[in-house]
Amino acid sequence: MNIPTMSEMSGAKALMTSLEKEGVDIVFGLPGGANLPIYDALVDANFRHVLVRHEQSAAHMADGYARIKRKAGVCLATSGPGATNLITGIATAYADSSPLIAITGQVPLNMIGKDAFQETDIIGVANPCTKYAFQPRVATEIPEVVKKSFYIAESGRPGPVLIDIPKDVQQDVTEIQFPDLIKVRGYKPVVDPDLSNVGKAVELLVSAQRPIIMAGGGVILSGAFSELQAIAELIMAPVVTTFKGKGAFPENHPLAMGPIGMHGHAEANRIILEADCILAVGARFSDRSVGRFDEFGKGMNIIHLDIDPAEIGKNKSVDIAIVGDVKSALRTMVKMLSKKAIKNSSDNPWLKRRKELIDYFSENMKDYPREMTARKALKKLRELLPAESIVTTEVGQCQMWTSLHFDVISPGTFFSSTGLGTMGFGFPASIGAKAARPNVPVVDVAGDGSFNMTENSLAVSVLENLPVIVFLLNNDMLGMVAQWQRTFYDRRYMGVHQKSCPDYVKIAEAYGANGMSVQSMDELEKAIKGALKTEVATVIDIKIDPEEDVYPFVAPGTGLKDMITGA
Amino acid sequence: MSSGEFKIKPLYIISSLVENKPGVLFRITNLFRARNFNIESITVGTTEKPDLSRMTITTRIDEAILDQLVKQLRKLIDIVEVEVLDINNTVYRELALIKIRAKDFTNRNEIINFANVFRANILDIGKESVTVEVIGTPDKIDAFKNLIIQYDIVEMARTGVSALSRGE
Repeated sequence: MNIPTMSEMSGAKALMTSLEKEGVDIVFGLPGGANLPIYDALVDANFRHVLVRHEQSAAHMADGYARIKRKAGVCLATSGPGATNLITGIATAYADSSPLIAITGQVPLNMIGKDAFQETDIIGVANPCTKYAFQPRVATEIPEVVKKSFYIAESGRPGPVLIDIPKDVQQDVTEIQFPDLIKVRGYKPVVDPDLSNVGKAVELLVSAQRPIIMAGGGVILSGAFSELQAIAELIMAPVVTTFKGKGAFPENHPLAMGPIGMHGHAEANRIILEADCILAVGARFSDRSVGRFDEFGKGMNIIHLDIDPAEIGKNKSVDIAIVGDVKSALRTMVKMLSKKAIKNSSDNPWLKRRKELIDYFSENMKDYPREMTARKALKKLRELLPAESIVTTEVGQCQMWTSLHFDVISPGTFFSSTGLGTMGFGFPASIGAKAARPNVPVVDVAGDGSFNMTENSLAVSVLENLPVIVFLLNNDMLGMVAQWQRTFYDRRYMGVHQKSCPDYVKIAEAYGANGMSVQSMDELEKAIKGALKTEVATVIDIKIDPEEDVYPFVAPGTGLKDMITGA
Repeated sequence: MSSGEFKIKPLYIISSLVENKPGVLFRITNLFRARNFNIESITVGTTEKPDLSRMTITTRIDEAILDQLVKQLRKLIDIVEVEVLDINNTVYRELALIKIRAKDFTNRNEIINFANVFRANILDIGKESVTVEVIGTPDKIDAFKNLIIQYDIVEMARTGVSALSRGE
């Protein structure tokens, strides 16, 4: 029998206790008028508070923390502008299915709807980018709301949940009960996969001549790394990933082909067109990954495994659908496949074709002709960085170059804002990742445009002793936009020049971080080695040529077969 | 039907039980807007359980889109149950109030006669108009409307469809 515990406390104190019960060890936030009671209760809370310099960064930090810790990250903001500043971070987490708990202060109940100072209808604003949003109306609701929020955020297809707490509800002192069990009757995440479909999928995979695996973010979310590798090796299938799935499979593995998509690896984009059976695992057939929905997968059998039933048939109709947790479905598949006689050996024609494509493109995809290029810089970074290091990126060319030229070796050590494509995500998210795993180096591969957006998080990195390396590929441009203007708008540049402002070394130093400017590969090597030894955040400002493009390139609205491999 | 004729998509009735609390209707209609789904009618009312409301949605869309719509609805946490009703095994009704211009005795008599045939009720008669209440399937209401449109419809209000599957 569960005897409920009872005691008298404020709503804010009940919030702290509830968070402690969920095992929260860190929150990222910024105080304001409407969450002062929460901040007062934080003084006595037994978890860490990290003060940010902008609420958007608080959400990204909590998101980065969540992606590495594989449990919900928590961020706090006040009402009105504090809450709306969180929204970009919440939408980023929603697009990438990252579990996030956003707790906002709200004006007192009797002021709601009166257009009060710093009042915004954050429940309404957040609706399209949250799994759910709660607004407890009495302090006694808080423990249940918190427990439900964590359950909803972390289970099924994870995502952000908002808790909006009016100031008087935070302040009210009353008898509070903490429930051990909660039920959300309208929420039924699918976990156990349908075994009959798993069996059919196995039959199809075994009979395929040219099987391929497309691994998405779902593999990383469910931590199904060893299961994925076991299946690939059992059926000897090349493994491509989506960009979100980068790092779901060790990219130095003999079957690895790297990410497909708009800026996917050329050999990956090519081989997927030649497959006769594709196993899509925890992937959603996004336009950036597969190009045109109608062209993709023609003439091949598609098996789609995903935890979200609504992803089945959303963009692509498939032959066999398996709804359920990726890890548990793959585990069953491995068991079934182990019992089958597998005819694929490592010298079969399909794997020879794989090798042929890799050799062809490695010979024909030329690097940009400069001493210092993004490609060389990232290969150097890979060479010097321990395999277990965590790498994230900003958004744009820096992100796509990382996808192309930085191999993730240890599964689950890479993430990026892949769905929403949020510039300014990488740096704060890397700080969150560092908080989740303090003992490994954490690197944010940045561009100058993106880093500019949230560079004030340097203060957080320095003051909170969460040192990360900002690997700044600086072409003094909003480079991806410039590339599109070069390619599609006849070099009519508009709004892309950064004009060497600011000086990133001085910016770093102004915050008490290390700043280094490098012009050559030798200097870069020294800088990376130096940064790995220091205990403080380091910005390595790497000057690259503004004309260096990202190739290959599958232009929007075209199919993977239309891939452009160079200028 | 000749090949050149405009094809009306089939009517689907989606019946759902939803949490009876503030903000639920907003979340559901927002889903329709955000994902570009078209709805023809939506009705919400209380049920035999005080904490649940029944929401009935009618829509004319392709089957593939219907499937996606139902899956997205099912993901909404405030929706406890969703099903697409089999129209052949469902009772469904809509109510319409129609104020029809009727300037003279002949007009009024004709409208009253039509109303009788459709088992509609006359709710109000004024010097210039007759107000009729019609209950039935949307098709029946359309048929009545098409008949009396010759007299000029001053105003019309339709409730949208309410539906339940037939008993065992």
